[in-house]
Amino acid sequence: MPIYEKQKKNVADPIRLGLIVNPLAGIGGRVGLKGSDGQEIQELALALGAVPQANLRTAQALELLVPLQKDFELFTPSGEMGETVSRQLGFTPRIVGTISSGMTTADDTIRAAVLMQASRVGLILFAGGDGTARDIYKAVGVSVPVLGIPAGVKIHSAVFATHPRCTGELAADYLRTKRLRLREAEVVDLDEDMYRRGLVSTRLFGYLKIPYRPHLVQNQKVPSPAAEVARLEAIAADVIENMQSGWLYILGPGTTARAISARLGLPKTLIGVDVMTNQESVALDVSESRLLELIKDRSFKIIVTPIGGQGFLFGRGNQPISPRVIQQAGRENIIVVSLMEKLNALGGNPLLVDTGEPAVDALLAGHCSVITGYHERVIYRVVG
Amino acid sequence: MTVPTAKKRLPRRFHQAYWDEPVIFELSQPGQRGVLIPEVENGIQEMVGDVTSKLPAHMRRTSPPRLPEMSQLHVLRHYARLSQENLGVDLNIDIGQGTCTMKYSPKVNDQLARSAKLTELHPLQDGSTVQGMLEIIYRLEQMLKEISGMDRFTLQPGAGSAAIYTNVAMIRAYHESKGESRQRDEVITTIFSHPSNAACAKVAGYKIITLYPDADGYPDLAALKAAVSERTAALLITNPEDTGIFNPRIEEFVEIVHAVGGLCSYDQANANGILGITRAREAGFDLCHFNLHKTFSTPHGCGGPGAGASGVTDALAPFLPKPTVEYDGVKYYLDNNRPQSIGKIRPFYGVAQNILKAYAWIMSLGADGLRAVAETAVLNNNYLMQKVLQVRGASAPYAPGKRRIEQVRYSWEQLANDTGVHSEEIGFRVADFGTHYWTSHHPYVVPEPMTLEPTESYSKADLDEYVTILAHIAEEAYSDPEIIHNAPHNSSVHKIDSDSFDDPDKWAVTWRAYLRKTKKERG
Amino acid sequence: MTAKKPVYPYIPNSAPDVKEEMLRTVGAKSIDELYADIPANLRFKGKLNLPDPLHSEAELIRHVDGLLNKNRSTRETLSFLGAGCYQHQVPAVCDEINSRGEFLTAYAGEPYEDHGRFQALFEYESMMGELLNMDVVNVPNYDGFQAAGTALRMACRLTGRQKVLVVSTIGSDLLSNLQDFLKPDISLEMLLYQLETGLVDLLALKTRLSDETAAVYFENPSYLGFIETQGDQIAALAHARGALCVVSVDPISLGVLNPPVEYGADIVCGDIQPLGIHMLYGGGHGGFIATRDEERFVMQFPSRLFGIAPTVVEGEYGFGDVAYERTSFALREEGKEWVGTAAALWGITAGVYLALMGPQGMVEIGERIMQRTRYAMMRIAAVPGLHLLFDKSHHFKEFVVNFDATARGVADINRSLLNKGIFGGKDLSLEFPQLGQSALFCVTEIHSQADIDRLVSTLQEVLE
Repeated sequence: MPIYEKQKKNVADPIRLGLIVNPLAGIGGRVGLKGSDGQEIQELALALGAVPQANLRTAQALELLVPLQKDFELFTPSGEMGETVSRQLGFTPRIVGTISSGMTTADDTIRAAVLMQASRVGLILFAGGDGTARDIYKAVGVSVPVLGIPAGVKIHSAVFATHPRCTGELAADYLRTKRLRLREAEVVDLDEDMYRRGLVSTRLFGYLKIPYRPHLVQNQKVPSPAAEVARLEAIAADVIENMQSGWLYILGPGTTARAISARLGLPKTLIGVDVMTNQESVALDVSESRLLELIKDRSFKIIVTPIGGQGFLFGRGNQPISPRVIQQAGRENIIVVSLMEKLNALGGNPLLVDTGEPAVDALLAGHCSVITGYHERVIYRVVG
Repeated sequence: MTVPTAKKRLPRRFHQAYWDEPVIFELSQPGQRGVLIPEVENGIQEMVGDVTSKLPAHMRRTSPPRLPEMSQLHVLRHYARLSQENLGVDLNIDIGQGTCTMKYSPKVNDQLARSAKLTELHPLQDGSTVQGMLEIIYRLEQMLKEISGMDRFTLQPGAGSAAIYTNVAMIRAYHESKGESRQRDEVITTIFSHPSNAACAKVAGYKIITLYPDADGYPDLAALKAAVSERTAALLITNPEDTGIFNPRIEEFVEIVHAVGGLCSYDQANANGILGITRAREAGFDLCHFNLHKTFSTPHGCGGPGAGASGVTDALAPFLPKPTVEYDGVKYYLDNNRPQSIGKIRPFYGVAQNILKAYAWIMSLGADGLRAVAETAVLNNNYLMQKVLQVRGASAPYAPGKRRIEQVRYSWEQLANDTGVHSEEIGFRVADFGTHYWTSHHPYVVPEPMTLEPTESYSKADLDEYVTILAHIAEEAYSDPEIIHNAPHNSSVHKIDSDSFDDPDKWAVTWRAYLRKTKKERG
Repeated sequence: MTAKKPVYPYIPNSAPDVKEEMLRTVGAKSIDELYADIPANLRFKGKLNLPDPLHSEAELIRHVDGLLNKNRSTRETLSFLGAGCYQHQVPAVCDEINSRGEFLTAYAGEPYEDHGRFQALFEYESMMGELLNMDVVNVPNYDGFQAAGTALRMACRLTGRQKVLVVSTIGSDLLSNLQDFLKPDISLEMLLYQLETGLVDLLALKTRLSDETAAVYFENPSYLGFIETQGDQIAALAHARGALCVVSVDPISLGVLNPPVEYGADIVCGDIQPLGIHMLYGGGHGGFIATRDEERFVMQFPSRLFGIAPTVVEGEYGFGDVAYERTSFALREEGKEWVGTAAALWGITAGVYLALMGPQGMVEIGERIMQRTRYAMMRIAAVPGLHLLFDKSHHFKEFVVNFDATARGVADINRSLLNKGIFGGKDLSLEFPQLGQSALFCVTEIHSQADIDRLVSTLQEVLE
């Protein structure tokens, strides 16, 4: 899977940048609400006097592109989804699609992104939070490079720059060099209801392709794409070296797990759970019930990687690798793999397990061994 | 008459020398010579004739190497100008190079090392002609033994990482001698130890287990317990770690590893704050190492030559690199008769001039002086920390409310989140005030890191000035970040376009590659 | 002994009032409080047992000079020692530049405030590139031994193989170093040489090469001083089996000897001590490794590689690390060694040296060394009882003299020479027992005809 990509053929010249602003992103946080998805929450927040942050943050990013405006065309939806803030900064954008002012929804985001892709936009900037990121993913997947301007209260997805200014810097760099080096970054699904009840439960939703520049100062939490490829191969080599014939391996979601399948020449569903042996693929994208069938009376191990900025090894609700599966495996048959950068990004916080069953959480808590390279492991704290 | 006392305001209006100096090849003038060598006498010419023409054609160089042609003054001037475009401890408040212990390298020691009685010694000279040199090596070993409590030292390693490798090689040899090398294939280290601990162990064939710290930033004892087994060859640990935090449970760490039959090696690169305060021996270590160019003042030379010293207990002494320097009561001599030695870490015996400089430094200070070094380094560091933590946006993660030893790893995370300015950028901006700083080893564990180590060499005024610079830049970050994003402005060069460095089609490690790839004409 | 504590010139804040002020700021009554994290039982009791200090420079100089004066250097004693450490002319400008505080006391600043160091090292890499005819040269590593070991490990990573073939004429110190450094995963096999010439036995090489060979390693000139002239055949044989050709070369010979890349070397390594650096009793070493400018080679270097780049100002040069993240993985790579403080100052010095010497200087020094070597060889060969080994080969700088016919050991003869104020060649009898009582003599550009004549006449005298 190519990670290092130069200018693609289906990109227009001069460069077209896309901008999508979720005008409601982040309003919940200012008034003490968690997240702002859902119409009820939005109405409540506005009633409490919340002022949308998205435009302000977008302006901080776009400012950097003002001197370069002759070098590109800006595509953006009308009104508060991008046109307003663009014109305020002096741009003359090309409008894609129409919106109903004051009543924008996720569908507007999706529609705009799809239109931008059709117009051969080279990079889509979007202002919002995890919800907006999920919408973008639904719209275009990995077919168009994107980058998030952080404007929501909670950001667990890795597709955002650390600061609106950094988004602007990366876009400006793209305009100057006409090249993008891309890496895959996680889009995470956080169960909103649970979150409002104080329970964090993340699930890998998908991946987006975002720009990476090694020397342009930005988030140091990731290796370069090329280094990442090498490190994932190293991890995969270590795991495979220790695989035993006849055993089943349950592979959780994520790019690290995918590197293992890839090294064996086997397919992998990126956000689903697959089952394999060290020779062949047994089942793809399994449900919990299918999984239980497959592992009945078999020797098996589970290979997982932490998901999301919070470092969940096992989360709740609707996950194929359920507490029953985990219990049947036993702690010694759980293999954790991860890039070191991902562990570092936890900022000293432990890895988390929250399966919904305290007994199973307790089984996993303590310290676990994480494979971080070839013949390289890390001992990291796990908390239930 | 009194001298006016109005102080210069800080931060200073520094500007580095800016020579816009060409690359040396562009200064070439055909026909010039920088130095001549003796001509061959007629007597020799007559006897041997033209020797090179007798070489087989394919062994003869076909045309002279395309080096620049310059007169002597012009070579001197070019390099003198480049030197002005460089800082160094002599010029700047070099506390920003954390973990490297950038202390003052006394000039008297440099001068002593320039004696022809050192520079013109050949390492293979008969022992009777180098008694002075051997005595210096021997004496330094005795001093390091006392400072660390260990039984023997080798001064052969070229620098710190070489010393770490030496220790790992001895550990390997030790387990081999016990027939346990196959069983013991794992080395444990911590994430805040120098990366060379893991890297050297890996080269030596070990699998690496790295421990992450506990919630307070201390090495995690529970993690160690989860990591040790009968496969453990050794624990390689730095103390204090690069965060500046001393691990109070270090003895327990050693006990746990010894209990499974592993060895413990103490990376003492960060020894500057603990000289005379605490030693490797009492903590139970089997091996340790020092960097002479850190703690013991030898100059860093832009990246070497340094010098490393590896210390061991008697149990490991048989494995020391050879030769060792011995004294039989009458004379000093090199002992190569060491059948279990790991062999040679380096050609000859060590970086002799740095051994001499370190020796002279310790001689000039003595035990009380070394104690003053450590205490002042620690006082300076805690004083500095107090002041840095008052700077907007800065924090010192871990060990809340606790003191540090000789350095601190700070974080600019708050400032970065507020303003979008990153630690590296602050680093570039400090160059506009005549100094520099270092973030951290990669990959970063502490986000937006900055590691400062004041050592004992800097005055209170120096430390205050450095903090003034940081505070000034922090304010800029919150009010006018553009000036930081485009920094440096007052340095010897402007913002470098690093694009080409990772592109095989564009990178150029030599001038010839650069000309080829940019299709320039040779100047 | 004075009771008052001195204010140390190297420790500004040891002055009592400053100390007090700082303690107050820190909120501690004594410095001891700052060590609170160190458990009491680990606190060292009392004072370290070190010699009484010499606080003044006068006393220190007197003491150290007293020790150094027990040495006799090659300035006072005519020396023919080599074997990896060489007495060449060290131009004064070299010492001037590497004593400047800006270079001497700098370390690892950014390519901004330390622009000078980056440029100086880039220029070193570039001048070595010209000498070697190669486009990629590293910032120096520790020494020539480590350069060889690293070059061999690079070859193993590049080929995915784990066996290396090494000429058996390398010095025992290098062999010892390689045997340790290549453990546990890389096996080292020695290659036979032809008895008369010292050159690689090509038939033996062909037999020993296999699909598991990562590299063939030889030196030019050899440790024993002769010039290996079969480089192209060695490289061809190696390449035919998918192995790489690694050659260690003396850089000061490259004004006259063909750079190894010309006869097929893939990785070239060596030691830069001969280039403007004093012998320093073995403290003057720095290693270099050079390869072609191909991504797969560049990715295998464990050292830093400084490259040149434009800046935001037109026509300005900036510098920085090329391929800072070495991004490749091969199964069973045991890490890409490590990067640490090595020998950067010597790199800068070697650059100054090469710039002073220029193309003509390097040609001259090569030619003249070869002439002087040849002269010494011819004159020594004429001394009764002395024989030259490998005399059928060409030599650069060093040659082996056999003393078997004198019925005296090298050690004994060297003692006699020493009494006459001469350091004779390195005793090889333990290192290469098959060569009998032999010694390795070294002649450089600094040995005058009179010096060589004196050696010869002294040998004659001593052997009577």
